[in-house]
Amino acid sequence: MDFSLNDIQQMMQDSAAKFINDDYDFETRRALANSPTGYSEDNWKLFAELGWLALPVDEQYGGIGGDLVDTAVLQQELGKGLLVEPYFATVLLGAKLIQKQGSEAQKQELLEQVVGGELKLALAHSEPQAAFDVTQTRMRAERSGDSFVLNGHKAVVLGAESAGLLLVPARTAGEPGDTDGISLFLISPEQQGVTLRGYATNDGLRAADVVLENVQVPASALLGEPGTACEAIQDLLNEAIVALGAEAVGVMEKLLAATSEYVKTRQQFGQPISRFQVLQHRLADMFMETELSKSMLYFAAMEVAKGGAEGARAASMLKVKIGNAGRVVGQQAVQLHGGMGITDELDVGHFFKRLTCINSQLGSRDYHLQSLVNEASAR
Amino acid sequence: MNVNFTEKELAFREEVRAFFKDKYPADIKAKQAQGVYLSKADHVAWQKALFDQGWAGINWPVEHGGTGWSQTEKYIYANEAAEAKAPRIIPFGLSMVAPVIYTYGNEEQKARFLPDILASNVWWCQGYSEPNSGSDLASLKTKAVRDGDHYIVSGTKTWTTLAQHADWIFCLVRTDDSGRKQEGISFLLIDMNDPGVTVTPIITIDGIREVNEVHFDSVRVPVSNLIGEEGKGWTYAKVLLTHERTGIARVAESKARLKSIKKMLDETPAGVEDVRSNSVFMARLLEIEVELKAIEYTELRVLSSVSTGKAPGPESSILKIKGTEIMQALDEIVVEIAGIYALPFVPEQYQAGFDGESVGPLFAAKAAPVYYNNRKVSIYGGTNEIQKNIIAKQVLGL
Repeated sequence: MDFSLNDIQQMMQDSAAKFINDDYDFETRRALANSPTGYSEDNWKLFAELGWLALPVDEQYGGIGGDLVDTAVLQQELGKGLLVEPYFATVLLGAKLIQKQGSEAQKQELLEQVVGGELKLALAHSEPQAAFDVTQTRMRAERSGDSFVLNGHKAVVLGAESAGLLLVPARTAGEPGDTDGISLFLISPEQQGVTLRGYATNDGLRAADVVLENVQVPASALLGEPGTACEAIQDLLNEAIVALGAEAVGVMEKLLAATSEYVKTRQQFGQPISRFQVLQHRLADMFMETELSKSMLYFAAMEVAKGGAEGARAASMLKVKIGNAGRVVGQQAVQLHGGMGITDELDVGHFFKRLTCINSQLGSRDYHLQSLVNEASAR
Repeated sequence: MNVNFTEKELAFREEVRAFFKDKYPADIKAKQAQGVYLSKADHVAWQKALFDQGWAGINWPVEHGGTGWSQTEKYIYANEAAEAKAPRIIPFGLSMVAPVIYTYGNEEQKARFLPDILASNVWWCQGYSEPNSGSDLASLKTKAVRDGDHYIVSGTKTWTTLAQHADWIFCLVRTDDSGRKQEGISFLLIDMNDPGVTVTPIITIDGIREVNEVHFDSVRVPVSNLIGEEGKGWTYAKVLLTHERTGIARVAESKARLKSIKKMLDETPAGVEDVRSNSVFMARLLEIEVELKAIEYTELRVLSSVSTGKAPGPESSILKIKGTEIMQALDEIVVEIAGIYALPFVPEQYQAGFDGESVGPLFAAKAAPVYYNNRKVSIYGGTNEIQKNIIAKQVLGL
């Protein structure tokens, strides 16, 4: 039994902490979020140099071959800076899915570009009626000779505008609810018939709703074999929950530290408000929720890697925990900062917004609790 | 990062499993499976079985007859014991007073007391709380006044668990009230048979006698029963509390309990409604499971850091709060499963020796009393509110 960090993990943690501390203070991040692209290309080049883009990519494709714990350690640290660069979308969703589902040639070609910082990706898995359950995919891809024609609507695709390629799950067979018949297509956002309606998310990231209208792509746009992508996407999304959970833990750590510090300096009734027991207990609750989330993250990072039903279950358990904990820590951080907590000026409110958005991503707390209930009731 | 056991640890686990298979007294095992209360003789017999195996002193140093187990081995043992529904070890002798005696006692005291504790020949109880000293324990007033080679002890201790069985009591007593309240406290061992010691029962809301008041009316206690230095008792008591840090969360027991609850649900217990179709109930159960997993891994994190020679991290301070909250949440879950049969109060049917037919299933008959009784776990050992004060002060620096 061992929960200490290995060399790679330590290196990732150190480099992320240094970057966030030295180059990514809140005003810098705010300016980036408000810039036309919503992030910094220079930072992206730096991420390539630091090896972050290579972290989960296998060594034969120029990567580091890091596992779920390695990426979790990096994500946890990046959470403290509220990163706006499309790292999650490109590396932890896109590149990892290519690695799972792509042909050898596709992996060789595309992953090297991701690692080098030349290619960004976005995964368009959500549809308006199904944010997380990919078996509910309705988008159609009809075969027409040597090509496919796609029609449908993808919801809130993170990093879509900056992506060179969209990874798009679509049905080449079957009906919503079926696991078989889902194929993955690599589609350029520039392709005729693709419409991106881009916007900022309320936590300062960029996303887009993507509508495909008679988009014609050659068979070579298929990622891997047709009809077989469902399991790879499901596994990928469970792994992504671990990465998201890690980020949430980083955000919670940041809010706990900021709030503990604030109550010691804020004076009311002639004393620091940290003297009031009702606030002390609130902070103790925030501390417990943060630590319990961290424990759950470690459990899930080790368990999800095993895949299958138990892996999915562990991912759901983590999502429930960070959903609950994120709500407690986020809301109480705002509450204990008083009026300042709801100002745009202070960073605290922005960390709270990130936690709120994390709950809505990849299936909410209620969604995953329902999954756990369904599974337990079916036995 | 991994949670795998080594080959050696796996072999140890097999040894523990073999013990529970072969040497767990059958009559006690049957009572535990049924859920009836154990007698004093049952507890002693169980602890003697552990002693015969050499496993009574789980936390003790080897030189005094302890197991010398690593943190991981203790963890493995706790999990196997919970799986086997083994009785809890009555902690007052083996886990509470013994560490104080072997750490601060003199050679004569070690020789006199430790062997009988290890072999469960003597039953101990704990004299800390007083009617007016609960969370503010250091305000305690039971007086010990020096008179030649004796202290004359007067006062009242309360919430004394199983004092009715006890041969000896370890007490915090006031030997000086001139300075800071923590500084005048001493750690004294008292023979329950001494003249002037009386025990009166306190009946709790589950209808049983588990706790008592213990009165001391000018009891003459030899000075040789004082542990360590006069006035240092508070320090010793605090050290004792840290011995209990992880065990108090009782995570292994809650894990085993959740497992048997889920098994029970899958089998739909005869004579009660099937609650699995109630999704509100199921959501509550699954949320408890999520919390339990989080506390399980928190305990593993503590073990991992202690095993590598580091002090337990700040995460250890949440174990008591969260562990007891989960125990109580599981108690409520069982009451819910019991349904209407949570109502009948027929205590004789879960006493040893009852051989009639129970009103409703036996687990249901005991559900509410267990729930009532376990309200104590967030109160004893420092209330959960006191634990939050500790987190605020010692971890967050507020």
